[in-house]
Amino acid sequence: MTSIAIPPGMPQYDDVPRYDVAKVRADFPILDREVNGHRLVYLDSANTSHKPRQVLDVLGEHYAMHNANVSRSVHTLGTEATEAYEGARAKIAAFINAPSVDEVVFTKNSTEAINIVAYAFSNASLRPDADPRFRLGPGDEVVISEMEHHSNIVPWQLLCERTGATLRWFPVTDQGRLDESGLQDLVTERTKIVSLVHMSNILGTVNATSRITARVREVGALLLLDCSQSVPHMPMDVVDHDADFVVFTGHKMCGPTGIGVLWGRGELLAAMPPVLGGGSMIETVTMARSTFAAPPARFEAGTPPIAEAVALGAAVDYLAGIGMRAVQWHEKELTAYALDALATVPGLRIFGPTVPVGRGGTISFALGDIHPHDVGQVLDSLGVQVRVGHHCAKPVCTRFGVPAMTRASFYLYTTTGEIDALVAGLEQVRKVFE
Amino acid sequence: MQLESLYQEIILDHYKHPHGRGLRDPDATGARVAEAHHVNPTCGDEVTVRVATDGEVLHDVSYDGMGCSISQASASVLHELLVGRGAGDAFRVHEAFVELMSGRGQVTPDEDVLGDGVAFAGVARYPARVKCALLPWMAFKDAAARAGVGVSPTEVEA
Ligand SMILES: Cc1ncc(COP(=O)(O)O)c(C=O)c1O
Repeated sequence: MTSIAIPPGMPQYDDVPRYDVAKVRADFPILDREVNGHRLVYLDSANTSHKPRQVLDVLGEHYAMHNANVSRSVHTLGTEATEAYEGARAKIAAFINAPSVDEVVFTKNSTEAINIVAYAFSNASLRPDADPRFRLGPGDEVVISEMEHHSNIVPWQLLCERTGATLRWFPVTDQGRLDESGLQDLVTERTKIVSLVHMSNILGTVNATSRITARVREVGALLLLDCSQSVPHMPMDVVDHDADFVVFTGHKMCGPTGIGVLWGRGELLAAMPPVLGGGSMIETVTMARSTFAAPPARFEAGTPPIAEAVALGAAVDYLAGIGMRAVQWHEKELTAYALDALATVPGLRIFGPTVPVGRGGTISFALGDIHPHDVGQVLDSLGVQVRVGHHCAKPVCTRFGVPAMTRASFYLYTTTGEIDALVAGLEQVRKVFE
Repeated sequence: MQLESLYQEIILDHYKHPHGRGLRDPDATGARVAEAHHVNPTCGDEVTVRVATDGEVLHDVSYDGMGCSISQASASVLHELLVGRGAGDAFRVHEAFVELMSGRGQVTPDEDVLGDGVAFAGVARYPARVKCALLPWMAFKDAAARAGVGVSPTEVEA
């Protein structure tokens, strides 16, 4: 073999950040278990990720040692809990390069984060004195895309129903890319908000957002990025992305369920009316009316998921310790490997980009005419856990003319050996059904 | 878990060579015809079942749909078991099938009543797939009710 030297001064092969996958796997207790008599092969991290011991320990320790309500006691435990909760907020702010800690609002998940923004629009639309950027009515438009998760479709449909605004969307190309050709006509002076998925949970597509951001700025609309699938898998810099809102969900990034994040530009959050009312979100309350706390508290009514937030802080510590560039590179290599390997399976059709560029490690496919339920069931009998169904993105299935898809998705602990197990399993599926 | 208990030969056979597939218009004049379309929202399986009856006998039970092997084979078995039966008799079969599927693998099926339907006994042990097997049977129940033939009350737990 001849080797070609990369000229000095250029990025070298070894410049790529790497980590020891076997060592990372040892942090995840569940990866040791067996399923149906086989070693677990977990290829469903886009659905939810596993949790390392470092996160599980923090979760347990919080309840065992520091349990108290936050922001409402002077006692020692209350102070410890509050410090841990606010400390997690600071960690998350740093993880996404938020200019201010107060721009990080804890929510239950991505779905709730999107709904908070949608309902803020709704509430503002009922109040003539509200910030005009959040007021919606007939003639105004909300723009999404055909590749959204249901949680970035339904809240906007409901908002449009309530306000009389019109919902519009970017189509998807045959290659599974966002079709931006109609950008000028789609995003106009009528547009109030564009809410777009950063990485599709079904096609794996990573959307390049800069052209859209530029257009959104030109027409004076707002931009929300659904980063549920990107924040767990690649470095995220909210300033660099120049978005107005970014949402993501803890359970897909090594954190527990029940905790998510709404990041918003400080000035915008401050202009937003509250959505849920209750304890902790007020400034003062009289029997007739109330005034409200500044963000983020304004959007965190009631006792929050404290231990979950603290554990999410541990999760971003864990991820940052490995390095998000390294995680991203690991998954890029896996994706390239998987795309090549899946191409060898007869009758397999990939939905979405078939090159490992502008896409992440989430690959949906059809195996001949075999229904995904059947594919998933046979794979499960071999210990291989994939997701089957419409992946909460039914319009994408409709777009590609199928009722359901089979999806394999990777994370920092996934190995090429697991992709081999998938390919071998698909052979088994074909034997049963063909 | 034994995959063979789920994918019995009989089930794969009905899936690969479905019996009576396709929605049909009734031959018998004066038959009442009604259909029902059911979907499984979690996986997108769909089936339409059409019942043609004079109120006494089910002259035809035809169907069309798309879905996994379990739901499609189940529709094929439904057709085979119920066509030409008296309505009362048909609902006894229906009841037996629903009972089998709700039994979490603890119910021993009666082959005299269920015919090829006994092959679904293994499916009852896979909670995620019980809905697939029941989909055509639930659509049948609705279609029959719309065609005016009595329905025995069925409770589905799965
Ligand atoms: C792209 C995308 N958006 C939103 C969500 C919703 O996340 P959650 O269910 O945690 O709110 C998901 C995950 O299911 C997703 O993949």
